[in-house]
Amino acid sequence: MTDPFATFDPPLAGPPVLAPTDVSYVLEDTAVGRMLVAVRDGGRVLATAYAPDDAAEEHWLARVAARVSPRVLRHPAPTDAPRRALAAFLDGRATRVDVEPDLALASDFQREVLTGLMSVGYGERTTYATLAERVGHPRAARAVGTALGGNPLCVTLPCHRVLPAAGGVGGYAGGPAAKEHLLALEARGGRTSGGPGPRTRSDRIS
Amino acid sequence: MSLPPFQHLVDAHWRDVARLAHGLVGPVHADDVAQQAWTQALAAYPRVRSARNLRSWLLTITHRCAMDHHRAGRRSTAHDDPASLAEAPVAAPPPEPPDAGLWARVASLPDRQRDAVVLRFVGDLDHRAVAAALGTTPGMSRRLVSDALATLRLDLTDPEDLR
Repeated sequence: MTDPFATFDPPLAGPPVLAPTDVSYVLEDTAVGRMLVAVRDGGRVLATAYAPDDAAEEHWLARVAARVSPRVLRHPAPTDAPRRALAAFLDGRATRVDVEPDLALASDFQREVLTGLMSVGYGERTTYATLAERVGHPRAARAVGTALGGNPLCVTLPCHRVLPAAGGVGGYAGGPAAKEHLLALEARGGRTSGGPGPRTRSDRIS
Repeated sequence: MSLPPFQHLVDAHWRDVARLAHGLVGPVHADDVAQQAWTQALAAYPRVRSARNLRSWLLTITHRCAMDHHRAGRRSTAHDDPASLAEAPVAAPPPEPPDAGLWARVASLPDRQRDAVVLRFVGDLDHRAVAAALGTTPGMSRRLVSDALATLRLDLTDPEDLR
């Protein structure tokens, strides 16, 4: 026994209360899976990214810290607007996720591909090859697929509307079931049968 | 070089920062000091050069906030009632149990002995980090800690001295 403070066990008030800073995020259970919603100071949306597990959450937070700012805090309030917009889209009450996206987490090539994606409208579908051609890289269908696989703004920028030319739904960051769910939602023009609303995970204790 | 998201620091170290603040200023002002340390750390975070030793960095900021708190306390005491200065206790009012005995004795130590022993044992920092926080040498940190232990009349040996 060498530590004179071994029995020093003061009652602790809890984690510090810090005001929202450069980046605020929450984890949100949506109709298509658990997502990380990250917002820049000022309200532009950096991420609506699938984060099914801790590793995926880590991946996105490390990317935010490296590319935007290390001042990243879990804060629900600044993410309220994008979470509402996401829920409206997933409930079929809106045909777009009405937020201002910020592509700071995307690579240059991803930016080209995601910008080309914006002309694929609600309920429409295209193929990786067609999108590759549209963004001026006709032989890069596979690279386009990879770029979309790392889309930081899933659902918001609708990479789920891009399918393999050979058939099937192809890959998706949120899993094929989520992609099918979104395609079916758009095919019937929105208006789902409802179900429980999204719950926030922001109050999660880690 | 990339820094982890600040939220990771909060999640990993808020208890250590709070405990250190309790050890340095006592239970009444610990929360204020810890809160202030976090606010300062968040403001300075993008300028941190290395992701190593972020825990030491946080505890050093906490110590600086505690020193500011002690200085401010002395100034206002002197201002309010000059006569009381001579016999004014160094630190905060006495705490609640169960740490009352220990804190009362720690609070009565000379400032540098108190800071050194609390940084060493509550902060679990090695003498190099304690010395850095106090702006002194590891040798002096050792001496301050052993003097503090002697004053506390704790018949204990700093484990680092056994290595």
